[in-house]
Amino acid sequence: MKYLLLKHYRGGPESVTDHPPMDQWNPEEVDAHIQYMKDFATRLEENGEFVDSQALTPGGTFVRYDGAGRPPVTDGPFAETKDLIAGWMVIDVESWDRAVELAGELSAAPGVGGEPIHEWLEVRPFLTEPPTVTE
Amino acid sequence: MNGTPLRELVPAVIGVLVRRGADFASAEDAVQEALVRALEAGPQERPRDPKAWLISVAWRKFLDSARAESTRRGRELAVAAEPADGSVPATDDTLRLYFLCAHPALSPSSAVALTLRAVGGLTTRQIATAYLVPEATMAQRISRAKRRIAGVGFEVPGDAATVLRVLYLVFNEGYSGDVDLAAEAIRLARQLVALSEEPEAAGLLALMLLHHARRASRTGTGGRLVPLAEQDRSRWDSEMIAEGVTILRSALARDRLGEYQAQAAIAALHADARAASETDWAQIVEWYDELLRLTGSPIVRLNRAVAVGEADGPQAGLAALADIDPTLPRYTAVAAHLHEKAGALGHAAELYAEAARTATNPAERDHLTREAARVRHRARTS
Repeated sequence: MKYLLLKHYRGGPESVTDHPPMDQWNPEEVDAHIQYMKDFATRLEENGEFVDSQALTPGGTFVRYDGAGRPPVTDGPFAETKDLIAGWMVIDVESWDRAVELAGELSAAPGVGGEPIHEWLEVRPFLTEPPTVTE
Repeated sequence: MNGTPLRELVPAVIGVLVRRGADFASAEDAVQEALVRALEAGPQERPRDPKAWLISVAWRKFLDSARAESTRRGRELAVAAEPADGSVPATDDTLRLYFLCAHPALSPSSAVALTLRAVGGLTTRQIATAYLVPEATMAQRISRAKRRIAGVGFEVPGDAATVLRVLYLVFNEGYSGDVDLAAEAIRLARQLVALSEEPEAAGLLALMLLHHARRASRTGTGGRLVPLAEQDRSRWDSEMIAEGVTILRSALARDRLGEYQAQAAIAALHADARAASETDWAQIVEWYDELLRLTGSPIVRLNRAVAVGEADGPQAGLAALADIDPTLPRYTAVAAHLHEKAGALGHAAELYAEAARTATNPAERDHLTREAARVRHRARTS
């Protein structure tokens, strides 16, 4: 079963630690954080549970169709949207419990002073293929 | 090159390497490497005797890595470099591989991956593509699975139930890729039936054939899900149905009923009806009672409620639904169907919409959304 572990720049429950933004950490703390993420992904690959990992820039623009022969309409970027996705990891695991366990580990990535940042991650199950046998 | 696809030779070749003294994990790796090399070879380079070729290439690869390993550890190589061929029939080895790859110590997805590679002879890339994960992840999943069962002897008989479960999973998880997993599951089940006396293996093969026979009618334009009652039955594969029914009959005659035989019996009753309205629902309910006795599964109970709704009317179906956990997948869809039959159109539409929101796959979600729209339209115009 595949799950999305979604990282948010903003949005979700209130933060439980008062970490400053990452650009205010020591360079070593930033390195340690990034290394933790890389090691986590490597370990998932070794477990046969890794599918994908991507990060997004904070900026984005909304786009929509505006009728035949006309260019699409764009709107934004919105600096103050409530919810802002920062990136994701896709995992392929045996159960929901395993997905939650891994999200918990990812959330323990170190921040200032090497302390876990306790970041909120959103876990979302993928839709699957329909089963053949249903009756 | 003879007519046998290379991958069908894989389990027998692994067996030969193990008989010659290789451990299963290394033998399986070596055969996979030889297989990939053979598949990448151009038509001119293809060997005339593919099995002998696979054996010799895989054995050389095994020796190379075993030598490297023993040098690294400063040990003597434990196997002879040029052994005679084992005299054990390949069929026995293949059956042992089924058991080993579906060992109960393995998680379902690991057992599926290992079975497809070692018994099915698929490449890591094909399996990774089929299950939509990176090739490196699939390779690791298989290596880990082999480490997990490293202590299990090749000769130790395994558990038939887990083998059948693995093949059922391969068949039922209709993932995509260049390999038709449903057809592959059928091939592996067919081979298993030829190797084993287990009536449940035959039951599973019958179940697969009876469902596979409906494949062309199961989806409409754009991958749209077509429910059983609306399928164009003239598109069902009647030869495959006949084969499934024959296999099921001989399995049932052995008088050791199990869940796959019971499920196949239900599929056979559906296959037997020339129109949905001719379905023998009373008999289907009886088979669900058997299935419930065998498994106690809440999903069986849910499907039974559908059958009761058809056999004895929607009120009876709703009564059968009453003591089932409403958080079960597809519970709300079943409730919607029964309420619609009972004439409560507004309620049914709401239930269909709710079922769509909680569907676990897009095809079912779209189908349920369409059902909600259809019933709402019916409610407005009636």
